[in-house]
Amino acid sequence: MIESYDPQKNAMIQIMDKTGKIIGSPNMIKINDEDILAAYKTMLFNRTADLMAVGYQRQGRMYTYPPNLGQEAIAAAAGKVMKEEDWLVPAFREMGAWLSKGAELHEIFMYFRGDERGSRYEKANRMLPSAVPIASQLQYAAGIAYAMKFRKEKSVVFAFVGDGGTSEGDFHEAMNFASVWKAPLICIIQNNQFAISMPIKKQTNSVNLASKAIAYGIPGIQVDGNDYLAMLDVITEAREYTEKGKGPLLIEAVTYRQGAHTTSDDPTRYRTDEEEKLWLERDPLLRLRLYLQEKKLISEKAEEELVQTYRKQVDAEFDIAENYSEYPLDDVFNHLYSVVPEELKRQKKAYEQFILATGGTK
Amino acid sequence: MSVMNLVQAINNALDIKLADDPNVIVYGEDVGVEGGVFRVTENLQKKYGEERVFDSPLAEAAIAGSGLGMAIAGLRPIVEMQFDGFSYPALNQIISHISRIRNRSRNKYHAPMVIRFPYGGGINALEHHSESPEAIFAQCPGLQVVIPSTPYDAKGLLISAIESEDPVIFMEPKRLYRAIKQEVPEEKYTIPIGKANVLSKGDQITVIAYGAMVREVQRAMVMLKDKGISVELVDLRTIYPIDRDTIRESVQKTGRALIVTEAPSRFGPAAELVTIVTEEAFLHLEAPPVRLSGFDTIIPLPLGEHYYLITPEGIAYEIEKLVKF
Repeated sequence: MIESYDPQKNAMIQIMDKTGKIIGSPNMIKINDEDILAAYKTMLFNRTADLMAVGYQRQGRMYTYPPNLGQEAIAAAAGKVMKEEDWLVPAFREMGAWLSKGAELHEIFMYFRGDERGSRYEKANRMLPSAVPIASQLQYAAGIAYAMKFRKEKSVVFAFVGDGGTSEGDFHEAMNFASVWKAPLICIIQNNQFAISMPIKKQTNSVNLASKAIAYGIPGIQVDGNDYLAMLDVITEAREYTEKGKGPLLIEAVTYRQGAHTTSDDPTRYRTDEEEKLWLERDPLLRLRLYLQEKKLISEKAEEELVQTYRKQVDAEFDIAENYSEYPLDDVFNHLYSVVPEELKRQKKAYEQFILATGGTK
Repeated sequence: MSVMNLVQAINNALDIKLADDPNVIVYGEDVGVEGGVFRVTENLQKKYGEERVFDSPLAEAAIAGSGLGMAIAGLRPIVEMQFDGFSYPALNQIISHISRIRNRSRNKYHAPMVIRFPYGGGINALEHHSESPEAIFAQCPGLQVVIPSTPYDAKGLLISAIESEDPVIFMEPKRLYRAIKQEVPEEKYTIPIGKANVLSKGDQITVIAYGAMVREVQRAMVMLKDKGISVELVDLRTIYPIDRDTIRESVQKTGRALIVTEAPSRFGPAAELVTIVTEEAFLHLEAPPVRLSGFDTIIPLPLGEHYYLITPEGIAYEIEKLVKF
């Protein structure tokens, strides 16, 4: 399907519609109720943690946080396809993707509490930390993909970028390099309709973002990013395609950022209630819930219980982050170089002397 | 031993490391088939194949940025920016990611890579081909900045840079590429990053220079030979980490310091060096430390370049003034 899809025709790949009805037939995957229930739980956990993260920030217990409310299906699908040996190169709105690669929630909370010790993500193999400058992560994603090809590893790179990121030169350069190198890179554009306040129609004149792939001579597919099954199907095929050595792909996941850009942002300044309502109806969890309820695989009560359990887990993880040991001065200096240079040692010592001289402890 | 110029010495270092370590990759614009516009990478593609030595598409940011990806994944890329002034598109990758990945990932990932490029004036070039931007890189936490002044140093320092676990900006004085020949051992050797080299011992004045300026200082010293001035010449070799110990030791002995850089004066390496001299040897100073640097202008095109470039005459003039202060 991927190779015959023409992004210029602007078709939207969809398998489950917003009412939970199966309307398309998957190309690669089998529709399995157990898997759908598992995916729903993954997304529900992600949503619970994400909503609570905003809550912690509002309570003054965390700093700026970028919510991924409404975008959970993309990460859940990518997480399902990604293998242990695959690389995840995230942007920064990636709670779901980080969790799917094995990051622990307290590490994510530590990072957004301003504690850099969180961003080592000890158990998440081959996962890069948050990249805040827009689209620049795609360039090292392309380099990692070259390295995988060079070493003949059966490993592919999953890189995430937003709709705004496609305007950056870095996006273009990275896709061009990966294409020339035929490197195993799957670039997933999370088109959540806004780059902070800038709507997608002011961002580009292209018919869609998937069609940018044409310039690089690679496949580009526009998918309903709120449709877990469609995302899973396309990403599954994409992984197989690129692992075979056919080169990179561009997947545009069309979604909606239901929350603010970050906890510092006020989206009422740039979007309407009607628009928000329209996208709430297309919510990625809602349609799975309707499907599962129809099949009697989940009840409202069971879901409520799940959420209560998740809330406890999330609180316990936040507790770890909040009560972590005091942030040491050493941590500021120790990770710039393999060996701390004399100049940095000198600066640290001078600071320690100042603290001691003024009656503090280091 | 064989006689090599700077280009040959750098090529030899790349050759040794390509042979030595299968993870070493060399790429950039025109570095493959053509062997680089200065022929620094000549014959390497033929010898090591297109997967390890190759021409990349023309985008400096992605050359640097993809190099970071390779380094994260365990390779040791050596990427080339074709000219000093073309390194600027790569600054976002260098400053935002390459220099920071170790810190950002709390040591989980790091960037053992070298970004090398020819720098400096004196070759009658077009705009953007004669710049000395070392201060930009030296100011960036996480980077090392190395600038050799001779073929022997270039080889030993480049091998150290390739073997370093931290990213290195390796700036090659292009006007010396074919200007100096020297006996260079054919086998592998290293010169430590972060250590200056005292090229001449003296006790009246310390002159601190690096890269292409070292030869200009040596020429000035020849001019001053009959005047009985005893000059200690310190070749910095590494801009960061800077060798404070050697500077301290020298200036405490001589009591005078002249800093020579082709880089613009303002907020430049010379300003940093004057600070170090002042901090470390204030009570030993017989005269205010002086910096002889490029003007705070754009380096002029060939017809005006001679006004800008530091000359042996200019250096000799400043040395005499300082000694008589």
